[in-house]
Amino acid sequence: MKYWIGAVVLFLVALGLALSGVNEYFFYAAYIVLTFVVLATAWNILGGYAGYVNFGTGAFFGLGSYSAVVLFKALEAPLAVQIVAAALVGGALGFGVGMLTLRLRGIFFAIATVAILFICETLMVNWRYVGGATGLQLLRPEVIQPFASYTRMLFVVMALLAIIAVSVARYVQISWIGRGLRAIRDSEEAAECSGVPTLRLKLFACTVSGALMGAAGAPMPMYLSFIEPASSFSLNWGVSALAMPMIGGTAHWFGPVVGALLLGSIQQIVTVTISNEINVLVVGVLLVLFVVLAPDGVLGLFRKFFRK
Amino acid sequence: MISGELLFEAVLFGVLLGCFYAAVSIGLSVSFGLLDVPHVAHPALMVFGSYCTYIVASYGIDPIVAGVLLMPVFFLLGIVVYRFYYETFEKRGTEAAVRGLAFFFGLAFIIEVGLILVFGVDQRTVEAAYIGASLELGEYRLPYRMLVAFGVALVLTATLTLYLSKTFTGRAIKAVAQDEPALRLMGANPVRIKQWAFGIATGVSALAGAMLIIVGPVEPAMDRLYIGRTFCVVVLAGLGSMTGTLAAGLILGIAESIVLMMFGASWAPAVAFGLLLIVLGIRPQGLFGR
Repeated sequence: MKYWIGAVVLFLVALGLALSGVNEYFFYAAYIVLTFVVLATAWNILGGYAGYVNFGTGAFFGLGSYSAVVLFKALEAPLAVQIVAAALVGGALGFGVGMLTLRLRGIFFAIATVAILFICETLMVNWRYVGGATGLQLLRPEVIQPFASYTRMLFVVMALLAIIAVSVARYVQISWIGRGLRAIRDSEEAAECSGVPTLRLKLFACTVSGALMGAAGAPMPMYLSFIEPASSFSLNWGVSALAMPMIGGTAHWFGPVVGALLLGSIQQIVTVTISNEINVLVVGVLLVLFVVLAPDGVLGLFRKFFRK
Repeated sequence: MISGELLFEAVLFGVLLGCFYAAVSIGLSVSFGLLDVPHVAHPALMVFGSYCTYIVASYGIDPIVAGVLLMPVFFLLGIVVYRFYYETFEKRGTEAAVRGLAFFFGLAFIIEVGLILVFGVDQRTVEAAYIGASLELGEYRLPYRMLVAFGVALVLTATLTLYLSKTFTGRAIKAVAQDEPALRLMGANPVRIKQWAFGIATGVSALAGAMLIIVGPVEPAMDRLYIGRTFCVVVLAGLGSMTGTLAAGLILGIAESIVLMMFGASWAPAVAFGLLLIVLGIRPQGLFGR
């Protein structure tokens, strides 16, 4: 109950901010940070709870963006429809990836997700309708009242998506599904023998994770007024979505949120003050530092600190 | 639509390309295939090797010689990387496996961005007499740079195959891949053998990096494409099989070359990844699995 009150309060705060006179740039940066909250949370459902490492976050994210663009170009579909469609496409791809877990584990699964990423990118590069390799300029539709600008509206939309994603992750963690996924992570054979429906759970985790990532990608083309394959399907999405839960802590739903807020904000600051390359370096270095020195992430560090 | 002649040319080029792919994958065939290290950073280390070759070659040294000179340095680098990986992750068993994977993924990004910061995103090339010229065989033209890569690949594969089957250490490496606990019972130290083998794998990727920059211009983000190519070859080969690596490289090279000719360059990157996905989905133990 406390959680839900907190969630509603946070959403109202986001809404209030968007209607207030805060500097436009804040929303521009906060939108990206919130996108990372969704991606990191979604990644953690499969990667953190079940222990299946997905490098191909960009595939789900990019396909989500492209589904939105196709719907927008063909039917002028409203944003809500685009997001639902992107979630369906992401979920479908997630289900397909889930079928791969039948045979593949560990690094084999991880490499397969990289393969899916590059195949999706190649398909979009060769699809003329969505602009091929050069991409497509998009004209934003009229902003819905009472928002003063489109970016502000997208910020609220992404805040809502982030809250939904975190709520889903929290539900998965505290329900029997989460216990089943943790059993899979610790030993898949033992879980199977103890009557855990491993395949069903894995398919569920992959589908949910994929759907959330797809939904996170849907508003991106409108945010940039532009879409092109190389950045939509970049491996950078994958390394960030993996680094953030690892840095925050993978065992608890709050971990990816902490990681995404922390790393996402650092990235935004670094991008503005130094350069875009450095921000990928920051992700890489922090990832390596945390997996080596603090395996349980920021949450683990806190727990250790307060127990003493 | 496709004449036999064009197809023959595509296959011919594919064979050369395939040997090159085998050469860049053979290091991974040892580190991932034999030692089960989730070495996602292998292509990044190789691109790093290309840039080192670029620096050494700028002193007027032939790029292949530069690659060979770099091998001992990379050998030591490999030992350090493996030692670190072993102490922090491998020793702790499966619980640390996910983090080990994340570690190599992060390492790949650090190398890539490090190269961007030092060299910028521009493409780099090296100069040598055999780069740019072609061997004319009747109506076919074979670029010398591909022939050089072809030759080095064959020598590399043959040397490693012989090393692994004829020498004492080589056999020990194979033994570690087959049954580590048994090796421990025989009184040998598997960690030292694996460390040595990982060193060799990394040393070989210095030479592979030299070939990479001989065959074409190199840029820092190139390792991403080569994740697909190298893992495709190693998985298709069946983990740890050296001759299998050569065969799998040829399959990939010919497939890529034919797709390149029929559908154009924009489809070529999907070949390696598509093939990789098919192999993983249907026959994860590869064609020549151990």
